[in-house]
Amino acid sequence: MSDPILSVRDLSIAYRTGRKESVTAVSGVDLDLYEGQSLALVGESGCGKTTLGLGLLRLLPNLGEITSGSLTYRLKDGTRADLLAMKKEPLRRFRWNEAAMVFQGAMNAFNPVIRIVDHFADTLRDHADGKKWTKAAVEARAGELLETVRLDPDRVLQSYPHELSGGMKQRALIALAIALDPQVLVLDEPTTALDLLTQRSIVQQLHELRSKFGFTMVFITHDLGLAAELADRVATMYAGRIIETGSARDIFYEPKHPYTAGLINAVMPVKGDRPALESIPGYPPSLKAMPDGCAFNPRCAFATDECKRDRVPLSLLTERPLGMDHSVACLHHDQVRLPRKESANV
Amino acid sequence: MSSAPLLKLSGMEQVFDTKKGPVPAVGGVDLEVEPGKVLCLVGESGCGKTTTARAAAGLTRPTAGTVEYRGKNLADMTAAERGRYRRSVQYIHQDPYAALNPTRTVYSTLSAGLKRHGIVKNRTEARAKAAELLQLVDLTPPESYLDSYPHQLSGGQRQRVNVARSLALNPDLLICDESTSMLDVSIRVSLLNTLGRLRDELDVGFLFITHDLAVAKYFAWDGEIAVMYLGKVVEHGPTPEVIGNPQHPYTKALIGAVCEPDPDLAKANRAAEQLRSAEIPSLRDLPAGCAFHPRCPAFEPGLCDTAEPALQATPSRRRLSCHVVSRDLQRAPDADRTITFEAVPGSRRPEPETAH
Repeated sequence: MSDPILSVRDLSIAYRTGRKESVTAVSGVDLDLYEGQSLALVGESGCGKTTLGLGLLRLLPNLGEITSGSLTYRLKDGTRADLLAMKKEPLRRFRWNEAAMVFQGAMNAFNPVIRIVDHFADTLRDHADGKKWTKAAVEARAGELLETVRLDPDRVLQSYPHELSGGMKQRALIALAIALDPQVLVLDEPTTALDLLTQRSIVQQLHELRSKFGFTMVFITHDLGLAAELADRVATMYAGRIIETGSARDIFYEPKHPYTAGLINAVMPVKGDRPALESIPGYPPSLKAMPDGCAFNPRCAFATDECKRDRVPLSLLTERPLGMDHSVACLHHDQVRLPRKESANV
Repeated sequence: MSSAPLLKLSGMEQVFDTKKGPVPAVGGVDLEVEPGKVLCLVGESGCGKTTTARAAAGLTRPTAGTVEYRGKNLADMTAAERGRYRRSVQYIHQDPYAALNPTRTVYSTLSAGLKRHGIVKNRTEARAKAAELLQLVDLTPPESYLDSYPHQLSGGQRQRVNVARSLALNPDLLICDESTSMLDVSIRVSLLNTLGRLRDELDVGFLFITHDLAVAKYFAWDGEIAVMYLGKVVEHGPTPEVIGNPQHPYTKALIGAVCEPDPDLAKANRAAEQLRSAEIPSLRDLPAGCAFHPRCPAFEPGLCDTAEPALQATPSRRRLSCHVVSRDLQRAPDADRTITFEAVPGSRRPEPETAH
């Protein structure tokens, strides 16, 4: 457990929007992920969490580009690899063998005209290193994987995606991601658009897989409940930057960034009392017109002139082992408290 | 005004004929909405929430049963009555991106109904009224939004324009179909607070549809919740009762499945009771007896898979359709067999630890 399985340093990602224009979707992200950890990247639409997740595997779409920084993985054989320096062929072998992704939107992630078994065949044949995957071998491996996620291979293997329910598709997608036994799994909104009871069964499934295979996981989610359920560590993103990071307990019980506290305070609880909830005023900034200083300052109750001047870097609050440090990018973090939730009359 | 409820659905059924045979999307629903009150329909996809809402809004004609607005059956309305009903009942759609015409400015969208129904006489009045509506939904200053096109607005802002449009004709009933589900959490709360203010200040009744129990609890606290499963209401009562003390195994499962933003609570809930099956049966091939029995943890062979349970009033201030719970309530009506959340270990938010 000495060195991290994934080190990200000063990573920035931009999308080209015109011949000479681009918008920066992710800027200056530092991250160390250790074996077996699960990290949740939380934030609202457009905060850059999916872009960062795709960047971790260099899966950005054509218009996206990593503009600075470094991405280093510790491979299964113990060597370290610089992902940004990798050529096409090593990158192909890296993906799915070392790190895999469960894409957002189980409904649309499969090719609708290809049977489930052929998705497995494609993935196994394309990414497996030098191994011959015969039809029988593919079916055996795919069947085994589907059973791992509690799907009946006889029902699923020869089906087309539209013949499966949303929950079954999501399970099949997870099975596909772990087909070559990767060390790192990036899951983009793994339960969004699923029904409540299906969400619960997927969460349970992920717990099971994690204890069985010991994956290192990165969850991208806007659902704080899911983050509380699955993550040991949480990083909050706002306008392309990580603005607070810490253990799940740090973030949920003692958030120190006004935005994190605002997000938690905006979540409606089902159990217990019904508290009065406050929303965060205003709307997130456009990536094209970022405010000066702290990007959150126009919506922040604690903002002072100082916040409008310079960008606020992450500063360490509590040091903890294995990258679990509680750090926050806020000048006024000592004033931030979760408001005591009291019953509402709304 | 008569004492008839604002909206009343009686034995409403909606069967869709498809190539593969009839699909009973809603199989007999009895519900009422009072002015200034909220009735929340919750349930999973395909349970008939939206179909019920569409029939209530007069967008489809139910195959059986009636929809009454202020005591008047929709099917028997004269053209004038129907016009009044159309003005008084407004629908807010789920997807703020699809519900607005992309080629119309906000002003144009808001004023269309005003002009059509002759509420405003000229452009000056229309702009003033549109600005007033934007103010009502907290889009201020209105001048900066009136001439915007939908693509210039964020999702939350668009949904507020949708709400403003629905309020243009002074409705007394708003039908909201998952109107907050596509919004980010911080925006969702502020929209719900806005809707709550409209409910209290303008006495608007709500038929509010959501799959999110937390939203239902927050918005319908003084109102009622009806939980639907495969086209039928399985539990219906005052919100604090249904959410705080659920009785139907399906409602219990739904509430137990919610992930709360609390890591310790999440850990404590991990051992919660599992459903027997994660998959929802098809509407074309409904299970015999209680439709929930193939998934129900309280399933008793011979009882649940033979006869369909009726939705009956119970001593615990609600209507309920469950053989097992109803029988147990009859056997021991005095026994407090209800599980409150305080009684579940670990359900209380613990004090934050100072040292980890």
